[in-house]
This record gives sequence, C-alpha cells and structure tokens, in this order.
Amino acid sequence: MKVVQGLYYTNDHEWLKVDGDEAYVGLSDYAQDQLGDIVYVELPEVDDEFGKEEVFSAVESVKAAADVFMPVDGKVTAVNEELLDDPALINQDPYEAWIVKIELTDKSQLDELMTSDEYEKFLDEEV
Amino acid sequence: MVAKKTPLYDEHVKLGGKIVDYAGWFLPVQYEGLIPEHEAVRNAAGLFDVSHMGEIVVKGKDALAYLQYLLTNDIASIETDQIIYTFMCYPDGGVVDDFLVYKYSEEEYLLVVNAANTDKDFKWMIDNKKDFNIIIENKSDQIGEVAIQGPKSEKILQKLTDTDLSSIKPFHFNRKVNISGIECMVSRTGYTGEDGFEVYSPAEGIVKIWNDILEAGKEDGIKPTGLGCRDTLRFEAGMPLYGNEISKDITPLEGGLKFFVKLDKEEDFIGKEALNKQWKEGLTRKVAGFELLERGIPREGYEVYKEGKKIGHVTTGYMSPTLKKSIGNALIDINEIELGNEVDVMIRNRPVKAKIISRKFLKK
Repeated sequence: MKVVQGLYYTNDHEWLKVDGDEAYVGLSDYAQDQLGDIVYVELPEVDDEFGKEEVFSAVESVKAAADVFMPVDGKVTAVNEELLDDPALINQDPYEAWIVKIELTDKSQLDELMTSDEYEKFLDEEV
Repeated sequence: MVAKKTPLYDEHVKLGGKIVDYAGWFLPVQYEGLIPEHEAVRNAAGLFDVSHMGEIVVKGKDALAYLQYLLTNDIASIETDQIIYTFMCYPDGGVVDDFLVYKYSEEEYLLVVNAANTDKDFKWMIDNKKDFNIIIENKSDQIGEVAIQGPKSEKILQKLTDTDLSSIKPFHFNRKVNISGIECMVSRTGYTGEDGFEVYSPAEGIVKIWNDILEAGKEDGIKPTGLGCRDTLRFEAGMPLYGNEISKDITPLEGGLKFFVKLDKEEDFIGKEALNKQWKEGLTRKVAGFELLERGIPREGYEVYKEGKKIGHVTTGYMSPTLKKSIGNALIDINEIELGNEVDVMIRNRPVKAKIISRKFLKK
C-alpha cells in the first residue's frame, strides 16, 4: 500500500496534509483498497466544526459504508465537491482526492498523529 | 469454528480474490472489483464458486408425498429433469429456507439449499420425517458447484461439451453432461437474472472445470465473480435473499412471494394453516421496492418512516451498479406499499426521501 511522505496519519486510516494554518484531510490508500469501488461520498458543510475523532463524512462502496473521522479539532473551510460527481477519485488517487479542508484549531494536536514512517510501520504490524 | 474452504479456495487466492468468511466458508467477495464483475455478468459472463451450497437428496417410495408435506410449492407439478423454486416453512409460516428442488425421478429429488442453512434444514427434514418411507442424505461435502452466468454463458460452456446445451431449457437439467471429461449435472438456473448454468460435479473435478471454463471464456470476456456482485445481481433482478426479504420472522406472503406458496394445494403442508390465515385476514406488512429521490445509499436495517412514524425497515439496499440509482427493498406497513407513495429512509439519523416502485428493478 502506498504511503505518502510528509503527511500525518490516524489509525482509522485518514491522512492530513498541513497547509499553513489549514489542512487537507482524506483517506489513505489502504482505506480505499479495503472499501473497494467507492460510489458515494457524504460531505459536511463549510463552517461545520468538528472535534478530534468526530465523524465528519461517510464514504460508501457498493458493499459497505464507512465513517470518516476528523484527525484533529477543526472548522471546515472547503469541501471537495468533485467527489459528489466522481467518488471513485478516492480509489484512483487517494492522496490527491482530499475530502475537506479545515482550519486547525490547535496545531499541537498534530503531534498526536502518526508520521508517514510510523503509519507504514502501523500497517505492517497492526493490520 | 474455523471457516471451511471449498475445493476452489486455492484458485481464488491465485486470482487475487479478497477472501471473507461467509456462512462458515472462506469465499471471495470480489477479485478485480464488484462493479466490473457485476457488469461482466450483465454483458458477457461471470463464473461463481457456489460449492458452499448444500445438497440434500430425498429418495424413496414416499419422496413426493413427503416433499408435498414439507414444502409450500406444488412439487407434483414438475416433470423428471425439471426444477421448482420453493419455501420450507415452520408451522407459523416463517421460513426455514428457500431453495430449488430438482426432480431426478418420481422417487428421488435433490434440494440445493443455502449454505448457512444446510445443517438446520437437514435437521428440520429429519425431525419431520414422520412415517414417510424415505431416506434423506446430506451430500454437500461430496459435490462441487460452479455457476456460469450472463448472456455469453451458453456459447462459452458449449465449447467444453458435446451435449447440445440449447436442449436444456430454463429450470431444467441434464444429469449426464460431459464437461472437460468429467460427468456433471448441468441446470439452466442461477441467481443473477441472466441466462446461465449451474454445473455440479464430484468435488475433486471442480478445479479443472473452473479453470477450463475461465480459459474457454477468455475471448468473450468472462471474469471470475465474487459474492459481492452475486448479491447486487440477485437484488436488481428482484430475487429474495434468505435472512433479508424472507426469514423465520418474515413469511413468503410478506416477502411478496405468494406465487411459490400453493395455498390451494390438495395436501396439507407445514405452515399451510398459518399462511392461509395470514392471507385471509390480510397482510399487515409487505416487502416493497423503493428508489431514493435524494442523495444517499440505503442499507439493510435502516429504518423507514412516513410522516414521522416508523413504518418498517430496509431489507436490502444498494447503489445499483446497473441502474446507477440508489434502490432498495423495505418491509413496510401494508398501507404504505402503493406505487408512487413517498416515504423517508433514515440514513445516519437523517430522513432521505424515497418513492415506492416495483421490485422488478431490472426491466428485461
């Protein structure tokens, strides 16, 4: 499974990419592979606020529905509306197909997430 | 209990199948992907391992009388080499299982039952044997089975046999078809809504048959197909799944499947009285089809509401790979099943508008 360097990861297989005071959040390659062909994505609204580990989106394949959790506290500043028409973008390029962009409430929470190396090890050992 | 492997397990692994534990069997939910596999069956052909299915033989002088007593359909209505779909019910009308019955002769029949129900069915059949002069045998472990399904099925399978397959009509079978040098039983049946065949062979021959069919079907685009699309295909075609549309708590009448319950059958059968009563008094709920009018995907178990009042639940729901629409079946209050009626399906605590439509989602 592909793991991209420089991103943060959760053990629920979300990734987070910092962009100044904001960050993009999406699903890892492992998560999309587990789900299979994604046919539906439910998005939150801009300005919605979520706490760390709160469900902010749902991603569904033909077979299964999976909740997507917020890696850190944040407020949604943008949603990737392309996913509404083409949910399979997550399968094709999970690290480009971000789901939301958030304003980071507390940057120090990033330290609680896994680095790419740690996530790679996590996939090897735990999954 | 550790799940069992069918004789084709190693083939599934070689083909990159994503293996899951289904009804106590290690089987592939998909290989390449559910959607391309679904489309292969609708447009060309797919090959399923269905070796997990249970095979129970009933034979003896009273075989027909026993099955007439045990089953809801009229088993006397079929000829030798013909097949009938039926329910086996409890006295209260709930369903023990649903399956196909193959008539070998006046005194011998094969029942091909759901894998998860095989042991339960066998016990139920023994418990209700009474004084009937019959033998009941569970042959599930001796028989391998694959299903080739899709419009190209006949063309592909014909390459492997001298028997004229066009001579096998829907819901009929031939017990002496030589495929890849192995004597098989071939029936024109399936669970996808497409033309196709089910091939039964001795368990040890099924690997060769599987590989030969895949090879013979290459130029016609055959794919190995998993359990994932088996369910989406049967669902689109309006076929029920035990545990969803019918169960020990949902009668065939509530499942909208009265055609397979012969209440006017001369003989008494288990469940007849209860089903007759339910029919005469009128159903209070029934399985209906629906289509979402807003975004979302309905899933099994989601609740259905009408004007804030709960009226039932979703029994099967999908984003249909063929129709590209969110559709489902729901067991709901009988007063709400009218075509065009609007109801709400609760998706993650949010009501999503839906419209009642025919359960025959696929117009063929």
